[in-house]
Amino acid sequence: MPSLEVRGLRHSWVRDSRTRIPAPGRDASRVLDDVSFEVREGEVFGLLGPNGCGKSTALRVLLGLLEPDAVELRWNGVAVAPGGRALRSCMGVVFQAPSLDGRLTVRENLALSAALQQVDRSKVAARIDDALELAQLRERAGDLVSKLSGGMKRRLELARALLHEPSLLLMDEPTTGLDELSFQRTWQRLDELRSRRAVSVLLTTHRADEAARCDRVAVLDQGKIVALGTPAELAQSVSGDVLTLEAHDTDAVAAQIRAEFGLEARVVEGKLVLERERGHELIPRLVEALPRGSIASLSMHRPTLADVFVKLTGRSLGRGGEPS
Amino acid sequence: MSVLGQELATIGVLVRRDLVRFARERSRVIGALLQPLIFWLVIGSGMSSTFRLPGQSQVGYLEYFFPGVIVMVVLFTAIFTTMSVIEDRHSGFLQAVLVAPGSRVSVVLGKCLGSSTVALVQGGMFLLLAPFAGFHFGQMQWLPLCAGLCFTCLSLCALGFAVAWWLDSTGGYHVVMSLVLLPLWILSGAMFPAPAGSAFALIARVNPMSYAVAAVRRGLYGAVLPAGMLAADHSVWSEVLVLISFALASTLLAVRVCFRKR
Repeated sequence: MPSLEVRGLRHSWVRDSRTRIPAPGRDASRVLDDVSFEVREGEVFGLLGPNGCGKSTALRVLLGLLEPDAVELRWNGVAVAPGGRALRSCMGVVFQAPSLDGRLTVRENLALSAALQQVDRSKVAARIDDALELAQLRERAGDLVSKLSGGMKRRLELARALLHEPSLLLMDEPTTGLDELSFQRTWQRLDELRSRRAVSVLLTTHRADEAARCDRVAVLDQGKIVALGTPAELAQSVSGDVLTLEAHDTDAVAAQIRAEFGLEARVVEGKLVLERERGHELIPRLVEALPRGSIASLSMHRPTLADVFVKLTGRSLGRGGEPS
Repeated sequence: MSVLGQELATIGVLVRRDLVRFARERSRVIGALLQPLIFWLVIGSGMSSTFRLPGQSQVGYLEYFFPGVIVMVVLFTAIFTTMSVIEDRHSGFLQAVLVAPGSRVSVVLGKCLGSSTVALVQGGMFLLLAPFAGFHFGQMQWLPLCAGLCFTCLSLCALGFAVAWWLDSTGGYHVVMSLVLLPLWILSGAMFPAPAGSAFALIARVNPMSYAVAAVRRGLYGAVLPAGMLAADHSVWSEVLVLISFALASTLLAVRVCFRKR
């Protein structure tokens, strides 16, 4: 049985036009177009897409912070309203932007959240201690949150979201702004948590490496789901290796590769992208064939979800998904 | 936990938060007291030589002005504390509260009651200066005084909440609140009495702020209220009833606005 089922989610900015500017090159009002997916019990489900693709909007609709044009939600098989009490009572949320009270201490923020989430009074002290441990902020418990570093606040956000042991965790770009070490630690903590008890996770991300850690991923582009599956299934849509080539005259090099090698060379954000089985064998042939000095750099890697996104949409995940 | 328990917990935690933040910001406490104090002393002293209440030779301006300044303390504090709704939205804290199990009604009540408590504490602190204005704690009528102040605080905080929810900038919020509430305060009889039969007296009859000033004035004087003190001739209970209605209407407006998703 799916834990959370989302069917036919549609949302447009019409009623929010006062504060929102639609991304260029797309329907000015439609932000989410018939988005459907399910988060199964105990899995980590990722919504992958560039900034502005509508993934955070989808989360805000589920949380009841935005009014959708249409959506059907089921929580453990029972129809629920977006952001309804049934849903709010069993979920924890990590927002993209900080949502802590900077003028309260770390412990006060946790206590406030425990009260808002109606944690049993007899368990509050122990849960706060656990959260401080999880956030590695035991020594800073009495400090004002405004004095913490960005990474510390992020850790505290995650610990706070887990304080009431939610069965559904919603995370909007949970590792945004974290360095590599903090990113790894956050996922380590999430994995530890999942090994201790069943929690379903729905997260949004624009990072391919983060999406690769999910059990299943929906690729979202311009408000529509363009692919859905496990990271391995999605990666299979890109054949062989991916070669990325930076050239001084990209169009001329692309034309030459098409003519001489019969390969489809796509230009993505000024770089040439080639897909090829046994890519390492192609590299020396390319270097030989192309005029001396025309290649600025040439690299090869196994396909990632970033390559899947490029293949599906012709745009890169990195810079807000603008057309190449 | 029951639904009622959830709602009470949400209200309780938001009230507590406002009090903790208030206690922590000494500069705000001092500022909110010092400004009206200076205002009272400067305006009060300046006007005292020219002010004559019709038919009352013993009432000095510092004494006449004092109840109005208490309402001003409450008014300023309500404006400042409910402004945090905008700051909470910008800092992201508000959305964390909205996705918690408690309903939006409780969020409104919690914030309004928290802000009202802070405003009451500030008003209460200024009230301690009453003997310097010529009032005696022993002769005060505490019921109309407390009821008047409580419902005034709740009204202003709920109104502030509604405006803060509606607006996005603290600057805009200040302008709107000052444009609406300061003229209402000035025309409430706080600074000068309304001549009978004048347009001012007519405005005072429909101005909720004049009922707030009247309730405080009546409470401070108790049984020895001099004639001509009130902007309009109401009974104590009609004043309290008007303030209760104003508080109820403002709270309903705040709840209505809070359900607007943005």
